[in-house]
Amino acid sequence: MAKTRELKPEDFSTYTVKKTNPALRVLAYIGLVFWALVNLFPIYWMFTFSLKNNEEIFGANVAGLPQHWLWSNYTSAMKTGHMATYFINSIIIAVATILITLLVSMMATYAMTRLVWKGRKTMNKFFMLGLTIPIHASIVPIYIQLSKMHMLNTYQALIVPYSAFSLAMAILICTGFMDEIPKDIDESAYIDGCGVWRTFFTMIVPLMKPAVATIGIYTFLQCWNELMFANIFNTNLKTLPVGIQALSGQYTTDWGPIGAALVVATFPTLLVYIFLSKRIQDSFIAGAVKG
Amino acid sequence: MKKKKLINGINVFLFLLPGLALFIGILIAPIVLSGYYSFFDMNAYGAKEYIGLANYKELFSSTAIGFFKALKNSLLLAALSVFVQLPVSLGIALLLGKGIKGERAFLSIYFMPVLISTVVIGQLWLKIYNPSYGILNVCLRGLGLDNLAKIWLGTKETALGAVFAPTLWQYVGYHMLLLYAGVKSVPLELREAAMLDGATDGQINRYIVIPYIKGILKVSVIFAVTGSLKSFDLIYVLTNGGPLHATEVPSTLMINMLFLRNRYGMGSTIAVMLILLCFAFALVISAIFKQED
Repeated sequence: MAKTRELKPEDFSTYTVKKTNPALRVLAYIGLVFWALVNLFPIYWMFTFSLKNNEEIFGANVAGLPQHWLWSNYTSAMKTGHMATYFINSIIIAVATILITLLVSMMATYAMTRLVWKGRKTMNKFFMLGLTIPIHASIVPIYIQLSKMHMLNTYQALIVPYSAFSLAMAILICTGFMDEIPKDIDESAYIDGCGVWRTFFTMIVPLMKPAVATIGIYTFLQCWNELMFANIFNTNLKTLPVGIQALSGQYTTDWGPIGAALVVATFPTLLVYIFLSKRIQDSFIAGAVKG
Repeated sequence: MKKKKLINGINVFLFLLPGLALFIGILIAPIVLSGYYSFFDMNAYGAKEYIGLANYKELFSSTAIGFFKALKNSLLLAALSVFVQLPVSLGIALLLGKGIKGERAFLSIYFMPVLISTVVIGQLWLKIYNPSYGILNVCLRGLGLDNLAKIWLGTKETALGAVFAPTLWQYVGYHMLLLYAGVKSVPLELREAAMLDGATDGQINRYIVIPYIKGILKVSVIFAVTGSLKSFDLIYVLTNGGPLHATEVPSTLMINMLFLRNRYGMGSTIAVMLILLCFAFALVISAIFKQED
């Protein structure tokens, strides 16, 4: 039963916060700020201890800013810890994966949304199975296949599986963007005598720029952070997550260089996030709403 | 006309070919192969012997492998995820989605841990938990609570909790983001109408927002449960199943079976069980949500 009462002007203006009890509101803000600190502290702590010596980390100055900024931690992580090599490996694998995923997903989406044929809806559903298949399923068969072909510890040993596992999500995002491109564009291209291939590469691909960014970021995060495949397929050609594991075994008592390695592995992600946070969040939402 | 149709068919095929090859070669075929391998006793060197269901029988009966204990651990994680992590995420999502000052900033901060590699998160928590110098024990000692300072990851009693805490913490932001997107999709008129009827914030959330975002809640619950069943990275970094198998989950069991004990058939059996469990739970959760309607 709705209670009736006299309407006041504020009911019609910004109704949202005004109705809340002010004490509750303060409490809510305290909770939100506390949770924000819980989320920011480990990152802040990581940055500070990457610049400290053991003496500061282990007692003299646990949580404060470093007293002497020890950039040599970074040199030891990059050189003696081989983080520079791992970083380059990760970059090569990520960039190749992104390029393959982009091209392959756009081609498949084009076939399923712009070309007319029976069964294209079913084909789309088939690809969407990929959103739910866990990578555990593929480890043993792929490992055996790679070792038979002597392809363990190569770039392609990770690039190909990463591209395959990014595909479903990329097609999902692509479909959303491609549906918004008016069909007139294709038709006028056909009338001008363009074939489907030329239409695809010269008309459709250039219009897919926003999708490129979203898919690129999503795919980047997937392969940049992946541990299970990388740890098994490429024990010698290490990516950053595997390399950090190795480094932490090497520097058990010296925390500074480990901190530096963690920062090196994290700052590209944070940098992208600062500039494109909305787009990153949107790509995560897109997958969940359909998946 | 027929020729045109043929050309169209060839084009469709060519456009789909790379995607299909990748998808079938890396995702579909390996699932089938994993199922096939699970009926064999095989190792990395190619020796292969058909043993029927023996792997499954051993997996379900052997206490040495401890599959049920590992499964119990991951189901406990799933329960914590659904009954602790999700309510926290939902609470934050409702609070932010209502439109408060600084909502974008809070949202972006909370989502940050999701983007950071689990290896980095794991390494950070290793340092936080370090018995002598870790910030957790240092703080406890600083507060005079010396007897509460523990060897968190090295003691059987505390290890599981110590491994679960960062796992749950890291993905609060993920569920929050999904639910927040849902809360934001609630039409303003619905809220306004309820406000004019004198509904409180709590009532609006309970009777309007939550029923409206049920679809996303379902997805969140499915992700929370299947994600817990599959969880690997953080546990691998923090304890790799130890001490004394206290933190073993099916994924760590599978990896150890493969690369420490060289039992590829048994590893595949665990992989198959994991996939079946994930699909089964996803179906059950969907059915429960459907029944509620």
